[in-house]
Amino acid sequence: MSTTQAAPAAPEEAAPLPMRRSRLHNNERRAGIGFTAPAVLLIVVFLVIPVLLSFALGFTNARMGSMENPGFTGLTNFVRALTKDPTFWDALRNIAIFVLVVVPLQGGLGLVLALLVNQKIRGITTFRVVFFMPVVTSMVVVSMLWKFMYQKDGLINAITGLNVDWLNETHTALPAVIVMSVWQGVGFQMILWLSGLQSINHDLYEAASLDGAGRWQQFRNVTMPGLRPTFVFIFITITISAFSLFTQIDVMTNGGPSNATTTLVYHIIQMGSSRGDVGYGSALSLIFFVIVLAVTLLQRFLTREED
Amino acid sequence: MSTTIAPPQPLPASVIEQSRSEVKRGKWWTYIPLALLALSFMLPLLFMLSSSLKPRDQILSDLTSWKAFLPVGDLSLDNFTAMFNRVPAGRFMLNSIIITTLVVVLGLLVNSMAGFALARLRFRGRTVLLSAIIATLIVPFETYAIPMVYWVNRLPRIVLYSDGFAIEQGWSNSYEVLIIPFIASAFSIFLFTQAYKSVPREIDEAARLDGASWFRVYRSVVSPLIKPTFATAAILTFLPQWNSYLWPLLVVQKEEMRPVQVGMRYFFASGTAEGTPWGQIMAYTSLITVPVIIVFVIFQKQFISSIASSGVKG
Repeated sequence: MSTTQAAPAAPEEAAPLPMRRSRLHNNERRAGIGFTAPAVLLIVVFLVIPVLLSFALGFTNARMGSMENPGFTGLTNFVRALTKDPTFWDALRNIAIFVLVVVPLQGGLGLVLALLVNQKIRGITTFRVVFFMPVVTSMVVVSMLWKFMYQKDGLINAITGLNVDWLNETHTALPAVIVMSVWQGVGFQMILWLSGLQSINHDLYEAASLDGAGRWQQFRNVTMPGLRPTFVFIFITITISAFSLFTQIDVMTNGGPSNATTTLVYHIIQMGSSRGDVGYGSALSLIFFVIVLAVTLLQRFLTREED
Repeated sequence: MSTTIAPPQPLPASVIEQSRSEVKRGKWWTYIPLALLALSFMLPLLFMLSSSLKPRDQILSDLTSWKAFLPVGDLSLDNFTAMFNRVPAGRFMLNSIIITTLVVVLGLLVNSMAGFALARLRFRGRTVLLSAIIATLIVPFETYAIPMVYWVNRLPRIVLYSDGFAIEQGWSNSYEVLIIPFIASAFSIFLFTQAYKSVPREIDEAARLDGASWFRVYRSVVSPLIKPTFATAAILTFLPQWNSYLWPLLVVQKEEMRPVQVGMRYFFASGTAEGTPWGQIMAYTSLITVPVIIVFVIFQKQFISSIASSGVKG
């Protein structure tokens, strides 16, 4: 690796240029390793090892506070999740509903907003900024704010004239969380769609309009195909973040009423942290990881097939 | 993920702002849907700010009218005073400022150096390394949060005392545990790699022949050419860091170590004789949100283009 080792390796009769090059290369190699080392080390210690640990700990009875070495328990944790833990199935059902509703709703509304703010009219930047504001606001703050608005004597009932205890009734709690989540995140999708819209070559629209295409036909035949890569990216990112639903639940409902809003990540945190059952929490994490991976691969497979 | 996330290219200027000559005066009716939507995005935030200035009784009585969103009536900063008396909000703010600043600054350094090497230096395993780093992007943090807590509780930690130091076990309740795991970011490394690739290689060779060290080439020659990428990476690190909740919730038990979002939990069960102190809660949420909104409004161009560049296709 070092220059002193490399120098004798160069043949005596070699021209000075290759020799200097090889020294430069050695130097470059060392610099490359030195420059990447801090990042690689941090990623290994704080990502790779914890991910590998979740594979290992899922098969043990590890506990949070305990300093004893965890014992191997085989598939016990997985059997427990699948057969003896009704909350796990509630969480799975809730997260499936959440993903199936939020992904198309937030993605679709984001596109509508992007089309609206893609006009070249005065003051449009202000609208983009306003639609993006909830994204900048933290989820904890947004959740607290909406919790206040969802109260029985809160703003939502005052505006709509209804008298529903939104977060405390089993059939309204999850929809209430969904509405709030869509509101908070839609500005983010708007910006992604907008940059997709603006990466479409403008000449295509001119060509289409010369061919006599109307606005709808232009949207159908120019805009939609042009947005394909954005579509794939947005749907993968919304899906993964929807699966990871946690903060809203922790702040607004604690999974209730009667598990109507509990989610996989909320359940993992409850089991692994609050109850200290790291082994079981890790097993649930592993199941969660497999689901996310499967959905991502499926989405990519499906969106690729159409090409 | 590698094909779905694409290089951050210079964005079409119009994502952020149109050139003045192109801007048309829209027909009045084009503004109606925009204005209605803008209102629905503004109202909850206006409600938060207005409520933070009102006494509890007025907050509740205003709910039924438009006054809920307007700072009208008996306004004062009493909620803020009461909130500061009840919650160590100043300490929480300081914690968040320290954590966020260090994660952003150290992250820019570590990730840009890695990006520079991966884009411009020839060394063995570089392509494999880049692919491996990008592959980690599909792993959501939530899937390894619990093993991570277990792991950091077992890491050795050097604690400095006035008369020396000691090695203790476990990183809980420290700044380290809130900062160090978040310095390296696969996404930032990816952004930097793409940006450094866009600068011609000849520059390096010229600087090297002039005797500059690689660090100098990185710091003084090439990095100044990709300043916008530094801004993008800074924004994409700052926002989730300031807003982070799950991780500090898991590793911080001591009150004085809480960052602002977890400090919010102070109010979770804090009913008083008169009920939930909503005025104080709204004061606290305003306190931790308004600075971020101000920064966002000032730097909105950079914010919006940084988000956009995270999804632009190549």
